[in-house]
Amino acid sequence: MLELRAIDAAYGHIQALRQVSLRVDRGEIVTLIGANGAGKTTTLMAISGLVPPCRGEILFEGRPVGGLPPEALVRLGICQVPEGRHVFPDLTVAENLDMGAFLRRDRRQVAADREHLYNLFPVLKQRRHQPGGTLSGGEQQMLAISRALMTRPRLLLLDEPSMGLAPLMTRHLFEIIIKINKEQQRTILLVEQNANLALQVADRGYVLENGRIVMHDTAAALRRNPDIQKAYLGI
Amino acid sequence: MEYFFELLFSGLTRGSIYALIALGYTMVYGIIGLINFAHGEMYMIGAFTALIVSSVLTIYGLPLPAILVLTALAAAVWAGAYGFTVERLAYRPLRNAPRLAPLISAIGMSIFLQNYVLLAQTPDFVPFPTLIPEFAFLEPYGGIVGSSDLVILAVSTLVMAALTLLIKYTRIGKAMRATAQDQKMALLVGINVDRIISLTFVVGSALAAIGGLLIASHIGQINFAIGFLAGIKAFTAAVLGGIGSIPGAVLGSFVLGLTEAFATGYVSSDYEDVFAFSLLVLILIFRPAGLLGKAAVEKV
Ligand SMILES: Nc1ncnc2c1ncn2[C@@H]1O[C@H](COP(=O)(O)OP(=O)(O)O)[C@@H](O)[C@H]1O
Ligand SMILES: [Mg+2]
Repeated sequence: MLELRAIDAAYGHIQALRQVSLRVDRGEIVTLIGANGAGKTTTLMAISGLVPPCRGEILFEGRPVGGLPPEALVRLGICQVPEGRHVFPDLTVAENLDMGAFLRRDRRQVAADREHLYNLFPVLKQRRHQPGGTLSGGEQQMLAISRALMTRPRLLLLDEPSMGLAPLMTRHLFEIIIKINKEQQRTILLVEQNANLALQVADRGYVLENGRIVMHDTAAALRRNPDIQKAYLGI
Repeated sequence: MEYFFELLFSGLTRGSIYALIALGYTMVYGIIGLINFAHGEMYMIGAFTALIVSSVLTIYGLPLPAILVLTALAAAVWAGAYGFTVERLAYRPLRNAPRLAPLISAIGMSIFLQNYVLLAQTPDFVPFPTLIPEFAFLEPYGGIVGSSDLVILAVSTLVMAALTLLIKYTRIGKAMRATAQDQKMALLVGINVDRIISLTFVVGSALAAIGGLLIASHIGQINFAIGFLAGIKAFTAAVLGGIGSIPGAVLGSFVLGLTEAFATGYVSSDYEDVFAFSLLVLILIFRPAGLLGKAAVEKV
């Protein structure tokens, strides 16, 4: 579904990604793990078109999409929930969801999708007239994910969804991520600091160090790998 | 008492003109954090466009209300085109430059547009026709409120109400707010941020042009430099209300307009502009974020 071929990306003179290659197949949850500053966020921003790669190729469903504007990528079915959630603080919960549907014209289906998400996250329905900025961290994460789902993504990019959440909330969130993958058949590329958790839900994983992919394998194999255990799983 | 009401209406009229201009300052600041020093020029260009269009329409012998409406539309569209172009040429290429660069570019644009109109039109004041009909029912109150006061109030209220509805309820209006709040996230949900920014300039310029047309008809003459003082006053009003805030710009404009009217009426008319800027200084000392502004956050 998604393929990165030897991507380089840079911020001015600071090169953040070197020769990053990875693949996500339809229906999978693939996780990208790595230390702070390894380049995980940059990888997702390259896929979303906000940090266009300076070298290499990005293919989505076989089509080259590197260099396309973010709008075109959302239209193609790629949507990202960025690090730190980025709920529109002064827009109400309902308006935040409307912004997820910004590019859609199928009003009836939009309304149905909104109802579906309100069923999935009843707290959002309760707070639909409240400004997004007044929600708790966990609620904001649910809103951010719901807003992304309103774009009807075929590929969902999640950047550190568990960041700053209480353990119970995190567990709940990951159940929902699995549900989105299994029930709604959405492919997911998941970036996580919490490698333990990520490798439990993912099918496969990539390890990023200093802007390079240093390892990739099935999630189960990565969990058993002694180097990974020492570096990322705290075992 | 009659004098009080006269000053009140004069203040409200000023306030609504300031508001029409101040909205453009505040919307642009809210969305890209730029003080668009060329914005006063949109008001001036609106007035000149209105002069040309209304003269032509008068030759064709249209009735006055039709001339007013068509002239307002033409001025709004033409100034909107200027606003669009100025953003494209002078600000967009500097979007990622240090903060000072677009500010200087804006001042340059302002000077350029003034001189361009000076050369293309005239350096002198030119008479502007009265586009607003005299209402017979106002005759008994002639000393207190004129027809043009009433029309200015009505038109600007209508325009501001339309803008409020646009921003609050439409898909594009929500996208404008979303872009102002979090540009990166707006991109990630597929909003074409460049187009939203262009639209903000177009709408702001169109509002200023309507202000220019109304005031030109009220005062009866225009020249290439009228955008300067009006622009500074409206900018003062926007800062007074809290720059970036739309209700703030409207409130600040009426506070400023009324202060000017009452101060010149009861104190002295020699110091008209001094009152405006003293008010600004006081607000900046005691409420730096403005009346309705949020505590100042440095925009990155
Ligand atoms: N906006 C930016 N400007 C300059 N350098 C950046 C920027 N964002 C990230 N970087 C640098 O790029 C590298 C990768 O960062 P990032 O992708 O955010 O890592 P991660 O998400 O894995 O923590 C880091 O060295 C970081 O300092
Ligand atoms: Mg990151």
